[in-house]
Amino acid sequence: MKIVTLVKHVPDATADRTFTADNTTDRAGVDGLLSELDEYAVEEALKVGDAGTDVEIIALTMGPGGAEAAVKKALQMGADSAVHVVDDSLHGSDALATAQVLAAAVTKIGDVDLVLTGMASTDGGMSVVPAMIAEYLGLAHVGFVGELTVSDTAVTARRDDDAASETIEAALPAVVSVTDQINEPRYPSFKGIMAAKKKPVETWTLADLGVDSGAVGLDAALCVVREVTKRPERSAGSVVTDEGDGGTKLAEFLAAQKLI
Amino acid sequence: MSVERMLPTLEADDLIGLVRDIAERELRPRAAAAEEAGEYPRDLVRMLGRVGLLGLPYEEVYGGGAQPYEVYLQVLEELAERWATVALTVSVHSLSCWPLATHGTLEQRKRWLPDLIGGDLLGAYCLSEPQAGSDAAAITTRAARDADGYVLTGTKAWITHGGIADFYTVFARTSDNGSHGISCFLVPADTPGLSYGAPEKKMGLTGSPTTILNLDGARVPLERRIGREGDGFGMALEALNSGRLGIAAIATGLGQAALAAAVEYAREREQFGKPIIDHQGLGFLLADMAAAVESARALYIVAARRRDAAQPFRHQASVAKLVATDNAMRVTTDAVQVLGGAGYTRDHPVERYFREAKVMQIFEGTNQIQRLVISRMLRSGER
Repeated sequence: MKIVTLVKHVPDATADRTFTADNTTDRAGVDGLLSELDEYAVEEALKVGDAGTDVEIIALTMGPGGAEAAVKKALQMGADSAVHVVDDSLHGSDALATAQVLAAAVTKIGDVDLVLTGMASTDGGMSVVPAMIAEYLGLAHVGFVGELTVSDTAVTARRDDDAASETIEAALPAVVSVTDQINEPRYPSFKGIMAAKKKPVETWTLADLGVDSGAVGLDAALCVVREVTKRPERSAGSVVTDEGDGGTKLAEFLAAQKLI
Repeated sequence: MSVERMLPTLEADDLIGLVRDIAERELRPRAAAAEEAGEYPRDLVRMLGRVGLLGLPYEEVYGGGAQPYEVYLQVLEELAERWATVALTVSVHSLSCWPLATHGTLEQRKRWLPDLIGGDLLGAYCLSEPQAGSDAAAITTRAARDADGYVLTGTKAWITHGGIADFYTVFARTSDNGSHGISCFLVPADTPGLSYGAPEKKMGLTGSPTTILNLDGARVPLERRIGREGDGFGMALEALNSGRLGIAAIATGLGQAALAAAVEYAREREQFGKPIIDHQGLGFLLADMAAAVESARALYIVAARRRDAAQPFRHQASVAKLVATDNAMRVTTDAVQVLGGAGYTRDHPVERYFREAKVMQIFEGTNQIQRLVISRMLRSGER
């Protein structure tokens, strides 16, 4: 079974987020890492192999130079090989263009049974790319999966929301995005770190994928970022001192905020 | 503030990155509560084993990480910065594997070493006895030879992992010929005749048990003797040379943790209208603490590099152990001072660091023994 896991290289979410003059994410000034939510997808792919299925796991990423750090982590965890799509024309691509390029890469990899992704990236957080890729590829898509069983021909997926859980079956090949509830991603082992150095990483350009460079990038983006404003500092809260009437004061505060 | 390191290989960079990630996410959040409750984190140690951290300095052919001491010790330091008990576990476990890995026959190594360093098992190192601490050659635990092997009888003391280890590397007397009458045995925990005292009520490192090990007619097959009869004491001292470097690295990590906590506090806490780090009295105290931690680190790395280059390193190991642990005591003491009244409470980790630092000056050769080793080498001119 051939599984592609999509991995994204994102700025460290614990660091300050900054943007460049064209309102795209500033990647130069901050440490990057594998989007934590994608680790769940890698782990789920590895679990399919652990369960006894003969799997080949390919970690696929799209991003500028440096993004190979994301595939490195996936390879250290146990993916077999990686593909890094890198092309200057991709700068500023929106979700639609990203999905188009990744779909083309999945097609070029060929004979893929399952595409596993995180439920969102920890930087963009849009959650739309997996469904868009499925649409481009003409495959079934199951999003936000909390439990997954993979057979030779189909996936059975449980999706949880606040009110109910639903179980969905989809024929392979399919695109599945998984939540952070689905598993506990493993740490790479030191042996995994050593082995990852010898695993193949291919670098593809848009030309390799047959994607028109005019159809991607900032100029072609349908989604345009007009302005970026830093979240205002949190103002100091008000302190309620209990002088026997603490409960009343709290209730008055909540009522003033129209919370009760 | 993570420590800037100059590591010898890219794989070592990745290894340290992995260790930091695990230490920050898994060790640091649990340390204070587990130490307070006296709970040993066996699950975390198993996880470290799966990752490959329990066999780092040993050969790849047996499943080890084949890392030089220069790298292995910096891993210990990173672990100790987040939780000294866990770093000590890794160090003691590695020490207890050392006699087999270094003096075992090829057959013994092939048979047992992969399991010992594979990550599932935990080892303990049993040299000291109630009456034989610094004077380790005074041990009286007896290994009496009989037809099938040996029968071990006696009491070992201060056993880190006592009662929870899966195997015990035990030094026992096979003859009365002083330091030449001691031999080494690899004793599985399920050997009949092993029992343990109640965990010692320690000042610090309360997250791991330290007990007496009683050997009451414990039968150990001949094949589990490591090295020749009578070679045990030399092996024990050799192992301790390396073990001392482990303690130097752990003490450095502890000092680093105390320094980081003190600096963070001193930058935030304001008195007389400015952060206390801007008062020279405190600023200079912190500067001395930084110098103490960094000099400790430099010393153990120099000693490790000598060991990795197969150069004599006994002198450097003793110097590193002495300086790193004395510095850790001073730095953790001063960290409590920087935090003032807050530092004296259990709401901040520095009082725990202070308690944990004390034993570093005591175990794996007291600092008086280190001075003895150093002064004797100065006297003899041995290098």
